[in-house]
Amino acid sequence: MTAAGPVIPNFGHGSACVTGDHLFCWDWVRDHWGDTLEPHLVQHVELTLIAVSIGFAIAFALALLTHRIRVLDHPVAIVAGLIYTIPSLVAFQLLIAYSGLSTTTVVIPLVGYSLVILYPNIVAGLRAAPPEVLEAARGMGLTQRQLLTRVELPLALPAIFGGLRIAVVSTVAIGTVAALVGDRGLGYPIFQAMGLPTPFRTEIYAAGALVVALALSLDLILVAARRSLVRWTR
Amino acid sequence: MSAAAEIVFDRVSKRYPGREEHALHELSLAIPAGEFCVLVGPSGGGKTTALKMVNRLVTFDEGDIRIDGRSVRELPAVELRREIGYVIQQVGLFPHMTVAGNIATVPKLVGWDKARIRARIAELLDLVGLDESDGARYPAQLSGGQRQRVGLARALAADPPVLLMDEPFGALDPITRARLQQELRRLHHEVEKTIIFVTHDIDEAITMGDRIAILRQGGTLAQYDTPDAILAHPADEFVERFIGEDRALRRLALRRVGDVPLGPVHGQSPDGATVAVTATVRNAVSLLLETGKGEVLVVGDDGVPAGVLTLEEATALLRS
Repeated sequence: MTAAGPVIPNFGHGSACVTGDHLFCWDWVRDHWGDTLEPHLVQHVELTLIAVSIGFAIAFALALLTHRIRVLDHPVAIVAGLIYTIPSLVAFQLLIAYSGLSTTTVVIPLVGYSLVILYPNIVAGLRAAPPEVLEAARGMGLTQRQLLTRVELPLALPAIFGGLRIAVVSTVAIGTVAALVGDRGLGYPIFQAMGLPTPFRTEIYAAGALVVALALSLDLILVAARRSLVRWTR
Repeated sequence: MSAAAEIVFDRVSKRYPGREEHALHELSLAIPAGEFCVLVGPSGGGKTTALKMVNRLVTFDEGDIRIDGRSVRELPAVELRREIGYVIQQVGLFPHMTVAGNIATVPKLVGWDKARIRARIAELLDLVGLDESDGARYPAQLSGGQRQRVGLARALAADPPVLLMDEPFGALDPITRARLQQELRRLHHEVEKTIIFVTHDIDEAITMGDRIAILRQGGTLAQYDTPDAILAHPADEFVERFIGEDRALRRLALRRVGDVPLGPVHGQSPDGATVAVTATVRNAVSLLLETGKGEVLVVGDDGVPAGVLTLEEATALLRS
């Protein structure tokens, strides 16, 4: 990096607002949207979607398994709880030894956290079908599989969406820490601006605001999806 | 599927693991095709257990149950159940499906085409007294009575020869219950099904059943006969106690004044009490006791006197 100015070495050709380190400089955001904010926002979206998708797939498979074999539920819940207690920083450090400064190192802990949030929600959802509904379904001659696909899974949707909303929002938030493993996500510009001799506030606020906006947007998309899929509740 | 089927319980026994007492003990019962059979008795009598054995939601240890001569154990359970309508007290409608979707469940399972299913839904909504527009509603938008109507329509959807009903009206208010009881009787005449109906309420059993099976603690059959025969000749002290001391009045409640021999009309006083031919003998007797006149004038639908009923004639009915 070339130091071009006394206060903010990275952004030497900035405006008076930038060089004077005002509270927030729109012109910086405009100038650096293309080279800084947008690429990191895209990375952040990718990280979140990859982590939640894989986490969901594993949580769903586990939930189906323990729904069928109830004795497994307790052990799985305990392991899931333990995973959640591992601080993300520690997880990244441990994984760097195996997978280096790669995306895998970042994605694995994020998958772990979303999995741990999603699993109990999916399990609770699958058990949300009232006993009389299950009895009527069996009495009408639905097979185990038909019971699952036609009754239990549709009735689990509200709880599954509830879990997805929490998982997505928290993955977006935890995803900022991914920058510790390299140039990934909206955490990176934040850490970079914080690391300057005088932290550059505009960059921190802009990236932070994007994290919040991303979390809110994904949450809204999930709310809309739930609305279109779950029509039976008033 | 056929119109109605004979159901035979042949020395059916069941004991739950770890229980001393039988849930059901050598129950033998023949329910002729098309009959409305009520299983009644105190809790612990095994009536729900017996009902659920027919569609194999509950297994039995000994004996056999045959529908039209074929053992229920012959078919895979899911296939058997698709040929038997099943209605429970809590209804158990699928909350995520519309009324139409609920009714379509079994027809879809057995592979009816869409046009046939649509026509059947319309037919059933009409049969159970719902509007065609109700088909698009969700169960959460219905009253308790409407839900049970949908439950009944759903059970009848694939036109099963047998209908099992487990205290279907137990959770409804008395007015709704009475209306649905009446409509189920009418419906039974229209659709020709063999119905097994479980209740703990002897009044409901007497109102609904062509035949009543009274079960006692330990799952043994105390008596199996028509309501009139049970009220006239209770088999033992248990049945006597179960049907109540007012069994004479209950018997009279089964007869309509239009169906019993009436005395000739002679110089009826203008202020005399009158009852319609459709009234029960029990109601006429109540009026006799109230007025103390000794006889009550029975009038037809057109208001023309049909005859008189006296207390002596009512008493004679109980001797028959």
